[in-house]
Amino acid sequence: MHLEENSLFEENLFYLLAVIGSLITAVGLGAALYMEHSGHVVTGMNNQVVWGMPHVFAIFLVVAASGVLNVASIGSVFGKTLYKARAPLSGLLALAMLAAGLIIVMLDLGRADRMIVAMTHLNITSMFGWNTILYPGFFAIVGIYMWTLMDRKMNPYSKPAGLAAFIWRILLTTGTGSIFGFLVARQAYQSAMLAPMFIIMSFAWGLAVFMIVQKAMFSWNDKQLHPQIRARMKNLLGTFVAAVFYFVIVYHLTNLYFAKQTAFEHFILLSGGAFTVLFWGGYVLLGTLLPLLLLYAPAFSNRSGSVFAAASLVLVGAFSLLYVFIIGAQVFPLDIFPGMEVSSSFMDGKIDHYTPSLPEILLGFGGIGIAFTATAIGVRVLKFLPEDDIQKLENSGHMLD
Amino acid sequence: MKAVALALLLALTSVLALAGAPKPVIRIENPGQCIAPAAEMRKNHMEMLKHQRDRTLRQGIRGEAASLNECINCHAGKTSGTVTGQDGFCQQCHSYVAVKLDCWDCHQPKAGNQHAATGVKP
Amino acid sequence: MSAPQNRINNPSRRNFIAATAVGAASLGAVALAPGLHLIEVSQASAPSAGASSKVRWGMLIDTTKCASGCDECVQACNTENGINETVQDARQGSQWIRKIDLKDPQSGRQHSLPMMCQHCEKPPCVDVCPTGASMKRADGIVLVDRHICIGCRYCMMACPYKARSFVHQPLTEQNPQVPRGMGCVESCTFCVQRVDRGLKPACVEACPEGAMTFGDLNDPNSDIARRLANEASTQVRADLKLGLGVRYQGI
Repeated sequence: MHLEENSLFEENLFYLLAVIGSLITAVGLGAALYMEHSGHVVTGMNNQVVWGMPHVFAIFLVVAASGVLNVASIGSVFGKTLYKARAPLSGLLALAMLAAGLIIVMLDLGRADRMIVAMTHLNITSMFGWNTILYPGFFAIVGIYMWTLMDRKMNPYSKPAGLAAFIWRILLTTGTGSIFGFLVARQAYQSAMLAPMFIIMSFAWGLAVFMIVQKAMFSWNDKQLHPQIRARMKNLLGTFVAAVFYFVIVYHLTNLYFAKQTAFEHFILLSGGAFTVLFWGGYVLLGTLLPLLLLYAPAFSNRSGSVFAAASLVLVGAFSLLYVFIIGAQVFPLDIFPGMEVSSSFMDGKIDHYTPSLPEILLGFGGIGIAFTATAIGVRVLKFLPEDDIQKLENSGHMLD
Repeated sequence: MKAVALALLLALTSVLALAGAPKPVIRIENPGQCIAPAAEMRKNHMEMLKHQRDRTLRQGIRGEAASLNECINCHAGKTSGTVTGQDGFCQQCHSYVAVKLDCWDCHQPKAGNQHAATGVKP
Repeated sequence: MSAPQNRINNPSRRNFIAATAVGAASLGAVALAPGLHLIEVSQASAPSAGASSKVRWGMLIDTTKCASGCDECVQACNTENGINETVQDARQGSQWIRKIDLKDPQSGRQHSLPMMCQHCEKPPCVDVCPTGASMKRADGIVLVDRHICIGCRYCMMACPYKARSFVHQPLTEQNPQVPRGMGCVESCTFCVQRVDRGLKPACVEACPEGAMTFGDLNDPNSDIARRLANEASTQVRADLKLGLGVRYQGI
């Protein structure tokens, strides 16, 4: 094992980062403990909006976790040498983010103390139940895959392991999307489109996370990403961002076409207040159009700063889209009596409002803290920095294909 | 250095042990005959209750011998009226052996079905 | 455990227990055999047979009789099930049954009805529950097994009737027959604790207009089965084909 030699300043900076990450994590865990003790009465969640801010963070982390593994898959499964150097980092990020996402979901449970029940009782008709198999499986398979990548003796097995990890991650994201897709009750969900949509979202968000981390690591080590490599990765990101946009457009267009869904679409696209602003401003403008501009407009083209900004904005868009998708859909009332005007003591026929409380938000950030700390420590103790042999890449023609 | 750390750890754990729950005093407020001998109850009450709860909830079988409501009829304190709290029949042992007791988070720990359920502390 | 073994493995002892059941009634506390002690008559009598799949409990609600401002059924439910906790935000409080006022925007016709768990034959909440805590008894009553509910609220996302509530705060002072507590999901149980004793659900008993009928849908001689055979009724969101145990008239 070869450890990077760091200056004293860098050494101290690392410990500072680790301490900050741990502090954020600790605050998040404290918030969860507080919620667990007081009950969900201290959150903004209620019987209409049953999933709130923690779930926005958790689903982002889980979706992006499976997506970030794509970088490795492109290397191992599709044989692109350029990405092979990035495979270990991609695996590490996938594990760190998935763990963080799952910890958020677990800590938000009404009875988090009964996690053992969730592991020992399995209802096979439940998409959640399936996910309790898919997630540990992902850890195991990605763990083995990373072993084949990082242990020279195991290298020959990296291709089959990479293929297994790729197939598993597709299953996993299908499972995540289907948590919503299999819900017949809510207007916004119940669509088979959600599974493929979640997969393409994971491609875009995972790659954006990867590029941000990669940029940070290169800066840390006073290295420059080769412009041609950056160009290839930013083009891939642009393609994914555009593909997500396509799915979002088709999803809303089909909804607009069904008369029973038009009221819901009107709410999200026009009259939904914060949700409308987040959709158009957060997702469409900041999260899609601006990144595409930064990635493709000749004026910004392939500058390190603009690619970094684009990747960050994609994440802003991701959170906006998930907030609208998860919370906006629950705020809108259930259509129990189609065609009737309804009112009751339980928000029937009324649009609910949701304000996330501080503990919820802290729990979400605690998850980010877990992913950050795990990555920082992993990167520090093992060799995860992508090292590109430019000459070899050029000779083999991999820079061009 | 290591020895100091070890000594500190030992000191800390012994303080914690001293601060632990007092030995339970078993007092049966309404003595009668239990559904099984004390030794068996001590060893198996959780299993009895667990199987009974599943049969009652999932199969609708009612009136079995093991039942929380029947437990409290004999074991609730005469003055406190409950099996929880510091002197509570259930709580005392569970604190002593440090086993989390969460039956009474949902089940009513007071004896007698007379009181009106209010859902909040009176 | 020796008690159940005694019961199962020894036929003569089992007969003995049956034979002495009547005698035991007058004795009060009695020891039948080593390891098998009975204190009171109520316990000494054999446990009930339990829910049977021959029965399918159901409810018929005549909305033409249901008055808009009346919430007697809701009050009765709250009393029976001990749902009286104070909540700062009403949306975080439990509502096992609620009144919904409906208005047809085209004709202007208005009416009112109680909405609660519809006790589906194919309940989405049972399908989605990761642990199997959401379950359906043999007699069609849909319940939450709070012993294994982890509070994920996926069933609340899945229920098309918004029939379920999550307990957002610590509770004390529950009804001894109706355990409920923080962190679990709950919903209408058809007052299972009453039904198992041969009583009707509290809401049915309380309705001043007699708008709610409860009974066994599988028994052709029951009041509810006869009415359903002869009168028009609807299931809410019948398009979902969930096979509801609760039917409405006049909507």
